[in-house]
Amino acid sequence: MNTIVTDVLIIGAGLAGERTAIEAANQGLDVIILSLVPPRRSHSTAAQGGMQAALGNCAMGRGDNPSIHFEDTVKGSDWGCDQDVARLFCETAPTAVRQMAYWGVPWNRVAAGRKRLPGGQEIYELKEYEGLITARNFGGTAKWRACYTADGTGHTIQYTLDSIVIKLGIKVHDRMEALRLIHNGDKCMGVVARCLRTGKLYTYISKSTVLATGGCGRLYGASTNAVINEGSGMFLALETELVPLGNMEAIQFHPTGLVPVWILITEGARGDGGYLLDKNHHRFMPDYEPKKKELASRDVVARRMIMHMRKGYGVESPYGPHLWLDIRHLGEKHINTNLREIANICRNFAGIDPVNELIPVRPTQHYSMGGVRTNINGAVYGIKGLFACGEAACWDLHGFNRLGGNSLAETIVSGMIVGKKAAEYTLGTELTYSYQQVNNHYNIVRQKIKNIIGGKLNKKRHENVFELKNIMEDVLMKHVGIFRNGKDLLKAVNALQELYHRSRNISLRSSGTGASPELGLALRLPGMIKLALCVAYGALKRTESRGSHYREDYPRRDDKNWLKRTLAYWPEEKDLPCLKYEPVKITEIPPGDRGYGESPGKGGTS
Amino acid sequence: MKNRELTLNIFRYDPNIPGREPYMQPYSLQETEGMTIFIALNQIRENQDPSLKFDFVCRAAICGSCGMLVNGRPRLACKTLTRDLPEVITLMPLPVFKLIGDLSVDTGSWFRQLSIKTGAWVHSDKSFNPNCQEERMSNETALKIYEAERCIECGCCIAGCATANIRDDFLGAAGLYKIARFMVDPRDERPEEKYFDVVSSEEGVFGCLGLMACEDNCPMELPLQVQLAYVRRKMALIGFRV
Repeated sequence: MNTIVTDVLIIGAGLAGERTAIEAANQGLDVIILSLVPPRRSHSTAAQGGMQAALGNCAMGRGDNPSIHFEDTVKGSDWGCDQDVARLFCETAPTAVRQMAYWGVPWNRVAAGRKRLPGGQEIYELKEYEGLITARNFGGTAKWRACYTADGTGHTIQYTLDSIVIKLGIKVHDRMEALRLIHNGDKCMGVVARCLRTGKLYTYISKSTVLATGGCGRLYGASTNAVINEGSGMFLALETELVPLGNMEAIQFHPTGLVPVWILITEGARGDGGYLLDKNHHRFMPDYEPKKKELASRDVVARRMIMHMRKGYGVESPYGPHLWLDIRHLGEKHINTNLREIANICRNFAGIDPVNELIPVRPTQHYSMGGVRTNINGAVYGIKGLFACGEAACWDLHGFNRLGGNSLAETIVSGMIVGKKAAEYTLGTELTYSYQQVNNHYNIVRQKIKNIIGGKLNKKRHENVFELKNIMEDVLMKHVGIFRNGKDLLKAVNALQELYHRSRNISLRSSGTGASPELGLALRLPGMIKLALCVAYGALKRTESRGSHYREDYPRRDDKNWLKRTLAYWPEEKDLPCLKYEPVKITEIPPGDRGYGESPGKGGTS
Repeated sequence: MKNRELTLNIFRYDPNIPGREPYMQPYSLQETEGMTIFIALNQIRENQDPSLKFDFVCRAAICGSCGMLVNGRPRLACKTLTRDLPEVITLMPLPVFKLIGDLSVDTGSWFRQLSIKTGAWVHSDKSFNPNCQEERMSNETALKIYEAERCIECGCCIAGCATANIRDDFLGAAGLYKIARFMVDPRDERPEEKYFDVVSSEEGVFGCLGLMACEDNCPMELPLQVQLAYVRRKMALIGFRV
C-alpha cells in the first residue's frame, strides 16, 4: 500500500479547490490537491462570462450593494436558498474579486465617457470610477454586476489562482482519481485513489478532506460540461451512507447550448445585447417576458424557449428543433473582442461566422444546484473532518435556480470561507487513524477492481459499461429534463433502477490493466447511476414547481408543503435513495413573487 | 456530402509494460457530418478498443488538453474536423513531452516546471488590504495583459519547435509568451533585469531559430513571434546596459 500523509487533502483543482488550498496553506498547513487533470485544464477555465460581485463601479451598476445582490440571489433561487449563506456570500464577493485583482486577474476596467448600448440606450461612465473594475449584464439581476475579463473570465481566474498555488509550493497530484472516502463511521481520514498514469492505488491520510470536484453534468447526454464532470465527489460522499446530497433534482439548463455539440454560448452574448429568434426570425422573448426579455432568469428563458418550440416555432434540424441566437447587430469589432471565444467556438465547431450568421441554440444541461450537503462553514452533514465547496457542494446558495455569474463567484467565495473553516478544524484536531480501518477501505477498492477485471467467469451477464452509460444519459434527457411530470419521472426511476442492477455485472472489453480508461469508467458508473436516481427520484417526489424544477402536473410553487430541501441518503444494498427533508432557512426575505419570469400573463406569439 | 470510410492510424504504446514496442494500429470508421477527432476517438474507444488512451476535457478548445500530431502537425484534436483531412488520418502523441500512453502526454508537468522556472506569478511586495478599493488600471492595460494571458498551455508550439525538440531546457514560444505576460503587467514589480538570466540565453529568446512554426501551429492564433520580438528587444536593451 502506497500511503501519503497530509494535513488537508483537497479533491479537485478547479477554482473552488485551489482557492481552498491557498486559504489552508496560508494557515501554515500542509496541503495536497488531487486532481483528475492538471489544474489549468479544469472545467472552471471554460467559464466565459463573469463573476457576480456588487462593486457598483460601472454606470449600469451604480448604487449596487450586497443587499441588492442578496435580493437577486434569493429571488433567483425561488426562495430555495439558505439566506444566511446568501448573505455571507454577497457580502464577501467584492473582497474576493478585489483579491483576485491583487493576485493578477486582468479584470476589465471602467473607461470613462459616453457609450451607446446595442438597444440604443446611452450611458455615461464617470471619470471618478475610471480604472476600477467594471461589470457586464447577466440575467436575473437588478444591476450590472458580473465582473469579467473579456471572453475568458474562468481562464484568467484559474491561471491566476494556480500561479499562487505554484508560488506557495502547494503540492498538486494530478491525474489522480479519488475512488473512496476513508472513514470510521464518525470521521473522514482521507481517500483511496487511483493513479491515472499507471493504474496504481494510493491511500491519502489526512486530518481533513475537502470535496471540490465540481458538478455532475455528464449524467445527461447533452451537457455544456467538460467530459470529466461526472459528479465523483458527490457519489463518494453518498457512498459513505452517512452523508446526504441536497436538492439533487435542482438541475439548471442553460438557454444557449450550441447545436449539436452542446458547447456553451455564454450568457454574456445576451447580456451584451444578443436576441433569441424563432424560425420566422421573430424575437419572441419580449412576448413572454416584456420586462427582462432574453435576460430573465435562466430557468425562465429555457422554459420559454422549449414552450415556443412546442408551439411549432422551432427550426427543424437533424438534431431536433432549435432556435437562433442573433448577435450580428453587436458588430464585428465587439464580437471579435468581447465575444471572441464564442465567435471561435461557432467557427470551429459549427462552421458559422456569428458576425453574419445566426447561431443554432437549444437549452442544455449546465449546472447542478444540488450537491454534498454542508452547513454554512462547508462542513459536510453526518461526518467529521469532511468539507465540500463549489458546485460539488450544496451549502445552498442557489436553491432551485442559480444566477449567471454566481457560480464563478461561489467557487472563490466558498473557497475562502470553507478553506478557513477547514483550516480551523484541522489545527484543532489530531491525526488519528487505525491501520486496520484504512486497510479495510483499501481492500474494498481492490476487491471492486478485481471483480470488474477478473470476475468475468462468475457473472451471468457481461454488461458493457459504455452501453449502460448511454442508456443513463438518454433516460435523464428524455424524462428528467426541463418539463417534468409524474408519469415520465416514474419511468425514469424504474429504468435507472434496472440499470443500477445491470451495472453490478459490468465486464471489461479490454484487459483493464494499468491506467485503463475503461476500468476508470467502470468504477465510476455505478456511483453515477446512484446520482441519476437521486435526481430522478427527488424530482418525482417533489410535487410542486420551483425554479428550474418544473412539474407540468404541479405547475405552482407550493410553499406550504415544499419550502424545504431534499436530503438524499443511500443505504448500501438498496437501489433507491432514502429521501428526508429539512426546512429552508428564511431570515430576511419571506417567499414572494419573483418579479420577473413566470408572470401570470402567458405571452406568446400570435 | 457522401460520408467517407476513414482509416485512423493511431500510435499505440504503454510505457508501463516493459519490453513492449510501440506500434501503429489502424481503425476504420464511418465519417459523420461535423465529425471531429474528438468524436472519432471516442467512437473508437466505445465501439472498437476501450483500451485506447487520449486526453479530452472541455472538448471546446479552451482547456488545452488534447494536443496531438494530426497527419504530422500539432493540433487540438477537439477542434480538428475530419472533413478537412484526407481519408487516411495518422495520429501521434506530441513529441517533447513525456508519454503517458498512446496519444496521452504529460503537458501538465512540463508547463508547471516552466511556471516555477520563470516565476510566473505577480511579484509584489504589497499586501492585500480587504478594506480598500482595488488599485486602478486602465482598461487598455487590462486588455493588454489579457491578450498576453490567452495561451492555453496545449503544447502545440513546443511540439512543433525545432529548438525545443533538440534542447530540453528551451522555454519555447509558450514560455516566452508567459514571461511577456508578466512584463506587461504593472502590478508585477520585478525589474527587467530579473528576467535577464532566464531569458537572455540559448534557453530563452536567443535559442529561437526563427522558423516560426510556433505561430503557424498555435490553435489560439496568438501573435507568438510579436511577443517574442518584444521580449528579445527588452533583453537586448538590458544587454547594452549591463
